[in-house]
Amino acid sequence: MLTYLIQRFGQALLTVAAMATLVFLGVYAIADPIDVLAAPDATPDERAAISQRLGLDRPLWMQFATFVWRALHGDLGRSFVYNEPAFTVILQRLPATLELAFTALFIAVAIGLPLGLWAGLRAEKPTDKAIMGGSILAFSLPNFWQGLMLVLIFSVTLGWLPAGGRGETVRVLGLDLGFLTLDGLRHLILPAMNLALFKLAVVIRLSRAGTREAMLQDYVRFARAKGLRPARIVGVHVLKNILLPVVTVIGLEFGSMIAFAVVTETVFAWPGIGKLLIDSINRLDRPVIVAYLMLTVCLFVLINFVIDLIYAALDPRVRLAEANT
Amino acid sequence: MTQTPETARRTPALRWVRGVAGLAISGVVALAAGAAQARDLRVGLSAEPTSMDPHFHNLGPNNALRRHIFESLVDTDAQMTLKPSLALSWTPRDSTTWEFKLRPGVTFSDGTPFTAQDVIYTFCRVPLVENSPSSFATFVKPFTRVEAPDPLTVVVTTDGPLPLLPTNLTALGILSAKASGASGAVTFAKGNCTGMGTPPRSTDFADPKVSVGTGPYLLREYVRGTQIVLAPNPSYWGAKAAFDKVTMKPIPSTGPRVAALLAGDVDLIESPAIQDLPRIEAAGFTVTKGLSNRIIYVHLDQFDGPDWKTPTIKGSDRNPLRDVRVREALSKAIDRKAIVERVMGGVAQAAGEVLPYPLSGTTKDFPIVPYDPKAAKDLLAQAGYPNGFEITLGTPNDRYINDEKVAQVIAQMWTRIGVKTGIDASTASTFFTRRNKFEFSAYLSGWGADSGDMSNSLNSLLLCFDPAKGLGFTNRGRYCNREVDRLTVEAMATFDEAKREGLLRQASALAMKDYPLIPLHFEVTPWATAKGLRYAPRIDQYTLVMNVELAK
Repeated sequence: MLTYLIQRFGQALLTVAAMATLVFLGVYAIADPIDVLAAPDATPDERAAISQRLGLDRPLWMQFATFVWRALHGDLGRSFVYNEPAFTVILQRLPATLELAFTALFIAVAIGLPLGLWAGLRAEKPTDKAIMGGSILAFSLPNFWQGLMLVLIFSVTLGWLPAGGRGETVRVLGLDLGFLTLDGLRHLILPAMNLALFKLAVVIRLSRAGTREAMLQDYVRFARAKGLRPARIVGVHVLKNILLPVVTVIGLEFGSMIAFAVVTETVFAWPGIGKLLIDSINRLDRPVIVAYLMLTVCLFVLINFVIDLIYAALDPRVRLAEANT
Repeated sequence: MTQTPETARRTPALRWVRGVAGLAISGVVALAAGAAQARDLRVGLSAEPTSMDPHFHNLGPNNALRRHIFESLVDTDAQMTLKPSLALSWTPRDSTTWEFKLRPGVTFSDGTPFTAQDVIYTFCRVPLVENSPSSFATFVKPFTRVEAPDPLTVVVTTDGPLPLLPTNLTALGILSAKASGASGAVTFAKGNCTGMGTPPRSTDFADPKVSVGTGPYLLREYVRGTQIVLAPNPSYWGAKAAFDKVTMKPIPSTGPRVAALLAGDVDLIESPAIQDLPRIEAAGFTVTKGLSNRIIYVHLDQFDGPDWKTPTIKGSDRNPLRDVRVREALSKAIDRKAIVERVMGGVAQAAGEVLPYPLSGTTKDFPIVPYDPKAAKDLLAQAGYPNGFEITLGTPNDRYINDEKVAQVIAQMWTRIGVKTGIDASTASTFFTRRNKFEFSAYLSGWGADSGDMSNSLNSLLLCFDPAKGLGFTNRGRYCNREVDRLTVEAMATFDEAKREGLLRQASALAMKDYPLIPLHFEVTPWATAKGLRYAPRIDQYTLVMNVELAK
């Protein structure tokens, strides 16, 4: 077990290091931040001064070495644009994205699971066909178009919900949370729906397939023969069994929801890390771009690592020692 | 096909399942009920200010926001004409000394009186801002002495004649010395001011207690990426603020910004897309448009240094753009009227020189190069290119209004006279880096004269490219005419306004005769407002709450 852990940890470190190099060089290759940051009528002297202040006048290898050295000390650099540590800038935006992702996750499960169960129980009936047709639509629509349509229908035409922004927030334990106020909730619904729709479709299909399979299993027949109420059979025995694949997939999707909420955040002007990334790319705020991508890499490495461990814990057939052979 | 279990039909479980789904949907509808409408102004910004510090980043959105909270000594009106603000008057004592008489009876939003001390403090603090990506220090750099003979007089001595000093000072918001931590008297000494205490850092200005100015509004709340909330400054010296609360929300994408206005989330948006204007007006909103100080132009590479190979030109072994006849032909090949009407939807104004009338140093009805493809072809033949040549036109695709579309139309028009033109479009950040490396022989770009003065436009675009002297720094076409340089440099040191403007007019007319670049059009900036409001356009493209008018 320990060998396996160490080995996995070493691989994870290698991945992070490789990504750091790629990301830093990639962002460096895009363009010179001075051309975006400096006022257009800045004289060459002023441009040189800015270059020097931001450390952009030094050769690439030196900039990279400084970056690596500082990163090893937990410092991912200072934002060119905000004059704050890049990591702090990202952390300030993280609660908004987490809130959005968790709400989307909640919507996907709270609506998807019952709908999937319902469809599974009534397979091949019109309700089932309607639900399955809807789910196909939900995961084939392009995300940004779907977002614009939501805005067009619910905000512009019907005027029910705000078109974008985050609304009122409340400070709880140092985090600004929006879902505790009515205004915050109203702002949250559309972007969360937009982010959730795809996952919702996935949950529906998974739980429908699971339900159909489970309903034919022996334990369901026995339960029925024993005289258990149908509600208990579905609500306890079937549900428990179909939850396993749903949890696995949702866990995997959660990481991508946090990291790639970019489209939704752009369409709904949601002040999360995705929008920060887009703004930073437009302004060539290299430290923020690099810090964001590093954070994402670490997040995925972590999720994969944890999933590996959970698999091993859940399924005795997965032998960790096998990784050594 | 597997069979459906009979028990599942119309069972309590099914009802439960259906109930949960129904509940979730009805919850959505219930929350959708409208929220109470507060009496305030909500603004959708196209770009977010990067800092609350008025001296951190010389950037349009920052400068616009700054004007609500921190006033400058001299201000500009909607036409960019100078007007008194914290200074009532300014007079040159001699060629290197300016005297400013300050407005009496002005107090900061925290109640402390405004005096010459605050001005000196501000001039001292500007160069001390750490890590500024685009510094204001350039405006105070020429100052050798700043003195206050009395609390309401400031005398500035510069290291050379600086007729534009009052214009430069419109860029500097005045801080409160006391609220910023000055303990006693502040004295100015170049790079070594005394009595300043510990100046606030840029990030400190997010705190309303530090953001203390004399402007009509004060900072109530700043949440980066989400909103900036302003409230009226109760002790403001001028006209009372029209709104009890102003909320500014950054919505950089155009589509969502227009949607926010249409949905009633915001009352005012800046720069809606031109193609959305008919729709916005049809929905009952007001659109106002104002001429801007930004010219859209095509620069032509006229460099002939040793070992120079003109990039992206084929079919010629020398640089055809060095021939004035070729440049004239390229200019005459462009139908500016068609571009303004079709590509820009009428929201632009054809340009003859590099700054629009009535800004300082411009000429009324400056002639616009007429569209004449036949004459253009003749000129090409005379210059030795009867069959034209090939060229690539560089352009940004997300910086100016419809920039890439304009470039495409120009490419077609040039191709029509025999100059086969390709397009090389890239995102702004990449484009400007490439342009600054001289990667284009012809490129479309824009220039906004922040000072609203012809000397700024000429100096940036048309004076001989000379990094050492700080002249012609954006002249990547490297046009060079010593006479134009002489006139402009002379104007930049002339205090007499009429004489100065005369010199600039002369310089501009002289330069345009050489077809140094191809002026296309001046951008017109649109704003859209909800019913009952109207935005009075500004030539500097700033969105200021003070310019929002309540319709009667």
